[in-house]
Amino acid sequence: MVAHLLRLKITLLRNSLRRSPWQLLGLIIGGLYAVGIAGFFGVALVLLRTAELELAQTVVVLGGSAAFLGWAIVPVVASSADMTLDPARFTTAAVPMPQLLAGLALGGLIGIPGIATALVALATVGTWGRGIPAVLAAILGAVLGVMTCVVLSKVVTTATAGLASSRRFKDVSALAFMVPLMFMGPLAAFVAQGASGSAGFLADLARVLAWTPAGAAWSLGGDAAAGNYGPAVLKLLIALATLAGLAWCWKALLQRALVTPPYTAGGKKRAGRMGLFGVMPATPTGAIAARALTYWLRDPRYSGSLVVIPLLPVLLFFQASQTGDYGVLAITGPLAAFLLAWSISADVSYDNTAFALHLSSGVRGVHDRLGRALACLAFALPIVLVFSIGPFFFTGDWEWLPSLLGLSLGVLFTGLGLASVISARYTVAVPLPGDSPFKKPPGNVAQTMAVQFGGMGVLLVLVLPEVVLFVAQSVTGSMVPGWINLVLGPVLGLALFVAGVRLGGKWLDARGPELLAQLAVNR
Amino acid sequence: MTEPQPGPDPSAGPQQHPVPALAIRGLAKRFGGKIAVDGISLDVPAGSFYGIVGPNGAGKTTTLSMATGLLRPDFGTALVHGVDVWARPLEAKKLMGILTDGVRLFDRLTGEQLVSYAGLLRGMDKDVVSARVAELLAALDLSADAGTLVVDYSAGMTKKIALASALIHAPRLLVLDEPFESVDPVSAANIRDILDRYVESGGTVIVSSHVMDLVQRMCDHVAVVAAGRVLAAGTVEEVRAGASLEDRFVQLVGGRSQTEGLEWLRTF
Repeated sequence: MVAHLLRLKITLLRNSLRRSPWQLLGLIIGGLYAVGIAGFFGVALVLLRTAELELAQTVVVLGGSAAFLGWAIVPVVASSADMTLDPARFTTAAVPMPQLLAGLALGGLIGIPGIATALVALATVGTWGRGIPAVLAAILGAVLGVMTCVVLSKVVTTATAGLASSRRFKDVSALAFMVPLMFMGPLAAFVAQGASGSAGFLADLARVLAWTPAGAAWSLGGDAAAGNYGPAVLKLLIALATLAGLAWCWKALLQRALVTPPYTAGGKKRAGRMGLFGVMPATPTGAIAARALTYWLRDPRYSGSLVVIPLLPVLLFFQASQTGDYGVLAITGPLAAFLLAWSISADVSYDNTAFALHLSSGVRGVHDRLGRALACLAFALPIVLVFSIGPFFFTGDWEWLPSLLGLSLGVLFTGLGLASVISARYTVAVPLPGDSPFKKPPGNVAQTMAVQFGGMGVLLVLVLPEVVLFVAQSVTGSMVPGWINLVLGPVLGLALFVAGVRLGGKWLDARGPELLAQLAVNR
Repeated sequence: MTEPQPGPDPSAGPQQHPVPALAIRGLAKRFGGKIAVDGISLDVPAGSFYGIVGPNGAGKTTTLSMATGLLRPDFGTALVHGVDVWARPLEAKKLMGILTDGVRLFDRLTGEQLVSYAGLLRGMDKDVVSARVAELLAALDLSADAGTLVVDYSAGMTKKIALASALIHAPRLLVLDEPFESVDPVSAANIRDILDRYVESGGTVIVSSHVMDLVQRMCDHVAVVAAGRVLAAGTVEEVRAGASLEDRFVQLVGGRSQTEGLEWLRTF
């Protein structure tokens, strides 16, 4: 039965690759990336063999604890738990519970993260190649550690699966996780600073973690190598108890999940709340703008990017306060302009097959393009203006304001025009409607990256005049290029905006059915 | 292939047009190595209630997608009231209301917003839209959930809201792909009433379905499609030729396996 489940998992993986060569390419790229990372860590761990015992132990325990944490957090944050072997699908198959657990746990190892973790864990055996007891302990620790990771992630996903089936929880949690994720960089920098301040800090941390469920299994090899057999046995007991406890939790949760079908509650709401549709003009363009704006507010895939925007100056301010160079704040405006304009470059991909309504209604391409672009512009323009002018209250070098304003507006309008063209012609892999903003459908990674980077390259060329004028001011020190930029940016940007909307509209009229067919592949 | 039989139908009322509501000419589509639709030609007379029946994977949805301008055919074309769907798409789409099977809706809108959106996309007047939306939602028994997001609707309600979106602009031709799937019997009866009255007043309805009984009771014309071809087409009376439509369908399509074997199923 366990073998059956594993074979099923492999068959599912293989069949998903048969859908298109892009899927295969995506897996290969993901695989190469993982091989690179795993190879790097693996080689590093083997090289640690000659390092000081204390150092090696610190690295292995901290790394193992990080893996433990990662397997617990990533599936929830990304809502990307691999649900190909969703236990709910086995409800009617009457698989005995022990076999089901073993099969699902081993199945969790098949896939890029599982294999990568297992390989890196096995590399720790190389680290502890300092004697028979150490090697044996390291093997035991690696197997226990990896199994603990997998079972932990199963516990977490099973526990949150009930919550996650409620749409409101999914919407809110996706947004809530966005914030800590944004501050990950500065936080890591902060920790790194603290760590470099006191060299003993990390070693102390590792020593403590080794006595907790997170690091116990990973510390076995090091303790055996050091000859501390007493603590090693105690830590082995901790690791075994952890695994057993987690497995028991998982079993209990699974038993409950198998007899509790997902249930969605929702109150009835009467008519009369037309929202933005009541505000916008009653034309196709107005309706499309109202729809797009409604989605910016209601769909976490869109509102996720809106949450990021206000954090942008905070992040840059944090950065600036560390280096003491507040000049970096000036890029807030152009950066926000770029992010906001670029956010609609995958607009049709976000629609998914709902785009069929536009096609079957005979909406003209220009109306479609303009409606979406105007919806974005409605909030992007004020944001970009505030972000472009705001930083000068901190820096005070107002002579840069005209040039920067020209650059920001140029980027915003040009970006919206270019995005209107791109989303009319190319689809990219985006989370499906109703999925978490972090979740990417597998495959199509290669095409997505080609479209995204190609598009950004074109955008860079298109805004080159504004950039050149900006640079000219810094070289010559004269205000003249700045004032020219203030005029040129919006004028050139608007011209490209109009051209982009027109061209995108024309392409949409000509290739609407082909676009829908591309979208249907990622349904 | 059987000749399509577009001949005038005396029961279809006085609004009979000489130009068919939908004329499909040699539509064909290939997906990779698989031929999904293999040269289908059909005439749907104006004012008829036309059923398209066929087994799963017969090419019904693909044919209707090509006939309504959603999927570009490899060969052939389709004319809606004489307007070529692929040469003058915007004009042809004005004449049609389409319920597509298996596509998503803009489901983060409320039901009311979604139907209004469909109307406004067609360039309709705001007041007309809001009056029609209220009537449609009442007729389809969705008034109580008008303000609920479509994503929180049940499957049947979703089908009904999609139908309302297809009706909002009072099209001359309605193309409905599996309109009764997962719709409860009461709502189905309401929908049938709406469609019957629509046909009585001169509109044309095309439905695809695999519920033979429903098609026999509801439609006046029927086409049997299998493996991408038309096996029979004409009035329901002509096609069923005295037998029930279901028996005739099984006879035409074949593939009914002998009920021998599976003896073990009776041994428990």
